[in-house]
Amino acid sequence: MAEIGSFALLLALALSGYSFVAGIIALVFQKQSSSFALAPGTSLGYHGVAATSADSSFVAMLRRGSERIGETARRAGIATFGAVFLAALVLVICAFQDNFSIAYIFHHSNRDLPGPYKFAVLWSGQEGSLLFWSLLLAAYGFVLRLRYKTDPRLFAYASVVLAGVQIFFLLLLDFAARPFGLIEGPLRADGSGLNPLLQYPEMVIHPPMLYLGYVGFTVPFAFALGALIMKYPGEKWIHITRRWTMVTWAFLTCGVFLGAHWAYSVLGWGGYWGWDPVENASLMPWLTGTAFLHSVMMQEKRGMLKMWNMWLVFATFWLAILGTFLTRSGIISSVHAFAQSSIGDWFAWFLAITLVVFVCFFFKNKSHLRSEHKLESLVSRESSFLFNNLLFVLLCFTVLWGTWFPKISELVQGNKVTVGAPFYNRVAIPVALLLLILTAVGPLLAWRKTSLESLKRNFMWPTIGAIAVAIFLMVTPQSWGSAFGLRPWQDISYFYSLMAISLSVLVTLTVASEFYRGGRVISNHTGQGMFASMVQLTHRNTRRYGGYIVHFGVVVVIIGFAGAAFNQDKEMEMKNGDKMTIGAYTLVCRSSTEDDNPNYFSQWALLDVYKDGKPVGTMSPERRFYHASQQTSTMPYIRSTLNDDLYLVFEGVNQDNGHPILKAHLNALVMWIWMGVWIMLIGTVLALVPNAPAQARVPAPARLKQAHTAPAVTGD
Amino acid sequence: MWGQPPSAVRGAQPGSFDSSVNEDVPGKDLMTNSNPQSKLAKPGRKLAQMLLLCLAIFALLGAGDPASRFNEIGHQMMCICGCNQILLECNHVGCPDSDGMRNELMAAVSRGDSDSLVEQSFVQKYGPTVLAAPTTQGFDRAAYIIPFAALFFGFGLVVLVVRSWRNRPAPAIADGLRPVRGAELEQFRDQARKDTDL
Repeated sequence: MAEIGSFALLLALALSGYSFVAGIIALVFQKQSSSFALAPGTSLGYHGVAATSADSSFVAMLRRGSERIGETARRAGIATFGAVFLAALVLVICAFQDNFSIAYIFHHSNRDLPGPYKFAVLWSGQEGSLLFWSLLLAAYGFVLRLRYKTDPRLFAYASVVLAGVQIFFLLLLDFAARPFGLIEGPLRADGSGLNPLLQYPEMVIHPPMLYLGYVGFTVPFAFALGALIMKYPGEKWIHITRRWTMVTWAFLTCGVFLGAHWAYSVLGWGGYWGWDPVENASLMPWLTGTAFLHSVMMQEKRGMLKMWNMWLVFATFWLAILGTFLTRSGIISSVHAFAQSSIGDWFAWFLAITLVVFVCFFFKNKSHLRSEHKLESLVSRESSFLFNNLLFVLLCFTVLWGTWFPKISELVQGNKVTVGAPFYNRVAIPVALLLLILTAVGPLLAWRKTSLESLKRNFMWPTIGAIAVAIFLMVTPQSWGSAFGLRPWQDISYFYSLMAISLSVLVTLTVASEFYRGGRVISNHTGQGMFASMVQLTHRNTRRYGGYIVHFGVVVVIIGFAGAAFNQDKEMEMKNGDKMTIGAYTLVCRSSTEDDNPNYFSQWALLDVYKDGKPVGTMSPERRFYHASQQTSTMPYIRSTLNDDLYLVFEGVNQDNGHPILKAHLNALVMWIWMGVWIMLIGTVLALVPNAPAQARVPAPARLKQAHTAPAVTGD
Repeated sequence: MWGQPPSAVRGAQPGSFDSSVNEDVPGKDLMTNSNPQSKLAKPGRKLAQMLLLCLAIFALLGAGDPASRFNEIGHQMMCICGCNQILLECNHVGCPDSDGMRNELMAAVSRGDSDSLVEQSFVQKYGPTVLAAPTTQGFDRAAYIIPFAALFFGFGLVVLVVRSWRNRPAPAIADGLRPVRGAELEQFRDQARKDTDL
């Protein structure tokens, strides 16, 4: 089996190489033939010399030849997917067959590993995850090359760029990080087993989602670079990639938050985000990708920010690769990082080459990217997008700076420093709050110019609502629940929380007012009910109103983050009958016991839970010891409500008396984060739905007549 | 993600699960789980507090009772066992370092050592990586200055870009089309606003 897998990867490399080289040759010939070709209706050829019939036949031959070569390159790209898919399939089959002669399977699986985790072995280690990356890239390329008829020439350029990236990953797989490498020494009876932290249902979907996001941004980058190289006219490439970008962004969003949920549910420290370099690596492309999704509207609607968008899409792709470099090279210490290996150098070279290639083409063809319109006012949708992009990029820079600062500090002053949550809380939260203000303000600003009267009309009630909520949260007693009794003067975290919740209310009210006002117009014109009108409104402009729903999802997530200011925790050794009180909850230890199965040995406690004196259920936090890997893992028990999560961790057993040691966290508003992500995803899906055609109210002949009488240009 | 509140204090003795040990630790009374609640102030006083909110936030940052200080400083430090966790969030039973570090911190806070003195003594003993964030001294200051400098630089740049775009000549209009400007343009805009009720 290992031979089949290795052969498939070599074949994939050869096919990708052919797709890349033949694709370039075809494009060069195509350009040559275009240069030689006669302009329609003239008899002049290349350099103004009169064309002969020999020239014409040469041009035709050149064109036919380039088309044929281009077609073979496209088909080779499609076949690459087949070869990489075969290699991945072989690796999964080997995992299910417990083929421990393959070193990768030996290190990441064992006989008693449950089936779904054996499937997840594909992305559980360095070599397998690179193969999985390559598979996803090939799959994206497969779809792209099948849809080439949309715009054959642009797709041919994008296909070449994709093939170039694919070659890099296949070179890695064939020569540096071989997934089918055989084990040295005698064949072992059982494998080392999968890392216990990865034996959690979400780990079967979190990496694929994240990788779909990372890899997916290669597609917009490929189109952007292709459009830049060929000086593609207009904004069509953006229309083509819009859906790709949104789907990719949704995958990345899903991947980032699944990672956060996994950390929360498995790591047992009671938090969901630790600002670890690997977490930061996933956040950075998400931030630039989000900035791109906003600024791309400027290019579509106003023909502006063309250069900026090129850089954003490149930065997003580059940061996704940089994240992988951070993870794989071991250059920055992280609890997540894969084993230190020599592939860091490969990634460093790849990052350098892509940067050089992009910069060269950018400076060569940047004159093609001039904006077409002028800006009329600082108070306009355009400038709100500029500030929005500034803040997203600044947040990304802050995260990048914080991630690299330990290394920079080591280089400058000779000693490493830690850059953890306190740093990001001080630096990133103020910027995030500014961004939240823009989220409220931006959508209500008109393109080109917004009058003060309009600003007053749109913002007065949402602002009053937000201030009222802030005052309410400050004056209410804390005993009412998590978010009440927020006294911002007591602590900076309370101040941030109050600001975050108030601004979230502001965003929610502005979004609601947008739906209401649009719905009212339709309702007035059609006589439909308000809800039906709002549905119709959304269906008429899914992108805009889907975007608003995404914004609403974001504020729900932010409210969830703001809850961290109210978190409490408590740790106790508990024998049977002992009580622990945290917040409104009382926990009574009923029993503690042990269990054993072929995969792991477990210790757990059973606790009765009371809230305000009333029984609400039982909880059983667990601690596991995995036989194969000889590693321990905690399985926190989480009782989630809208108000708070009761999070119990079985930390261990007192060796002297055998009593379990339990830690309880009361984490406020965490469920809001996961709900917000769902809302964001629903909004994204909605934005992908095609618009319903607007109902025409003016008869076509009348409109035509109107159009002919006085043509007017407003510049948009 | 938004920082730890002053109330997030361990209810039991941190670093030790044997209550007999806890009695010997100075500052045991710090380890309560109570949330700090101020009494409801008079409306006039509350208004004054609101007006001076920003000043108060920064003025009160370094203040607080010993429990708050323990919690605050403990969340500014890392456990050095290699788990990459904040000292008060390290959840390793049998962690070789966090128990002792917490007891040291508690003793220092009980003695009334200032925040900077506590941090200095920890840095001397465990090295600079014990602090969860760079200090505000020497080169470490750059960690904080650069992002905010970038923010101000970026704002300035955006304003410059907006100005240059505003001064750009109007786009060319195709032959045969009449440009709409001034009052007529405003009239069209008003009409559009009325039609869309925006």
